[in-house]
Amino acid sequence: MNKRVLEQNIFKALMIISVGIVIGSLVFIVGTIIVNGAFSITLEMLTQTSSGGYYLGRGGGILNAILGSLLLALPATALAYLIGIGISLFLQREFLHPKIASLIRMSLDILWGIPSIIYGIFCLMIMVALGIGASLIAGIVALTLLEIPIITRSMDESIKMVPIGLKEGSYSLGSTKFETAIKVVRRQARPGIIAGVLLGLGRGIGDAASILFTAGFSDSIPASLSDSTAALPTMIYHLYSSPIPAVREKAYAAAFILMVIVTIISILSRRMTRKSMRYIIK
Amino acid sequence: MEKRLLRDFIGTKLMLGITIVISVLFFIIFFILLARSIPLLGEASLQEILFSSLWNPEKGSFGLAGILVGTILVTGISLLIAIPISLLCAIYISEYAHERIRHILRPFLDVLAGVPSVVYGLCAFIVLVPFTRDYLAPMFGVESTGLCVFTAAFILAIMVFPIIISLCIECFSAIPIELKEASLSIGATKWETVKKVIFKASRPSIISAILLGFGRAFGETIAVNMVVGGVPKIPGNLFNPAQTLASLIASAYGEMMSVPLYESALMFVALLLFIVVVIFNILGVLFLRRSRRRYRS
Repeated sequence: MNKRVLEQNIFKALMIISVGIVIGSLVFIVGTIIVNGAFSITLEMLTQTSSGGYYLGRGGGILNAILGSLLLALPATALAYLIGIGISLFLQREFLHPKIASLIRMSLDILWGIPSIIYGIFCLMIMVALGIGASLIAGIVALTLLEIPIITRSMDESIKMVPIGLKEGSYSLGSTKFETAIKVVRRQARPGIIAGVLLGLGRGIGDAASILFTAGFSDSIPASLSDSTAALPTMIYHLYSSPIPAVREKAYAAAFILMVIVTIISILSRRMTRKSMRYIIK
Repeated sequence: MEKRLLRDFIGTKLMLGITIVISVLFFIIFFILLARSIPLLGEASLQEILFSSLWNPEKGSFGLAGILVGTILVTGISLLIAIPISLLCAIYISEYAHERIRHILRPFLDVLAGVPSVVYGLCAFIVLVPFTRDYLAPMFGVESTGLCVFTAAFILAIMVFPIIISLCIECFSAIPIELKEASLSIGATKWETVKKVIFKASRPSIISAILLGFGRAFGETIAVNMVVGGVPKIPGNLFNPAQTLASLIASAYGEMMSVPLYESALMFVALLLFIVVVIFNILGVLFLRRSRRRYRS
């Protein structure tokens, strides 16, 4: 009897240690970024573009990376949303046989798990074939591909939950399948759609591997779709190991800004989801 | 009326079109990678590539054995660290923790899951690398720069935590309460119930969580690339630098155009990465579906 209780106590202690380790690792990540990053943030850092190329460029700030990140991730998320909403509405029973829908869901789940570097290299191949170099548009395409499975599957989960009675109500009034999908189902599933889009945005804005070769790197703010551009993650990746402290500071500042953006997105997601819950029929 | 029907027709066909394109995207990626790696496969046999450890693109030798060993070591050690800790943590959160603590812990996990991998890499580079170089490696009596297998595995383990924990919590809480009550009512301790009922009932989900965690760790590029050292040889010990498949692609892309076959070799590496990750993800998703079906309805 005693042995059994002892075993229980030992494992309970191990569990608490494990929880401690997990919380500790979060504190370690957030703490490291704040300690190193928060003090690197100056007005100059936020309002000037970088100069002198990467790795050895001392001057300037990270404005081009901040704007570059937004210019890459926002259009990519919008595109991924448009494509994703089409697919996730189409996966409903009215449009597609459930067995086929289940297969497509499976392929989306697998796409979700594919490392982002594969999307990067895939887009690079397409770029080589089409003869275009590293550019904003190529980066947007790579991020869109990366975000499509994430956004689609999250939206799909909430569209699946839309009560059948609601759809039947719409059909009985004579609306078409497309109208029901766009006007009724999409509205009812809005909390899940918002959560999915913001999840995709968070993943897209933080991803470096897919835009490393597709978006390239540049010191200035991109003026057109064919310009290469810096982004926060690629900025960190290119600058973190520089021998010059001033350059490393830029990487730390970029990491801090990136964490702030990601945190804002996650808080926003929680709030907007809760807010939009009010407007759905339970 | 005509207009509405037309809109319905166009809208439906558009959705069908998008769905078809994305459904075959998977195969498109596969075939493009395959087509691109054929030049290398024509030059050297598969055995030569997989079992030779000589990676020297300038001289035209593309042996992947060292990189494969590096990848398996980094991934394996990270999972060895991550699996027990994640399982215990998930059990604590779903079975032992007070409701209030649970509500505090979940957002923590969400934040950890949302941290970009480049930030993990940066933190590992700032803190773990000097720590390994100055304290950990000397403790084991080896010289190390800190850029090594162990550091990469350690940061990967942290990245895998939220994946395994949240999948496990989801399946632990789906187990019917009657099962637990039955075990407790015949005098089992809570831990015995966890061990013999919960772990047993959720075995497929635990396996799937581990498989999906493996997929993530295996394909992780940037964070590993920043701390693994980038030496494509079989590491002698855990504090030696190594190289992984995904990380190799990221570091080599700039130089690949100059050497013939180099690009093809990198495509082959990407293909290998793709195949392994896809196999593990398919298995993971299948196990997950099986476990979800088990306790639904």
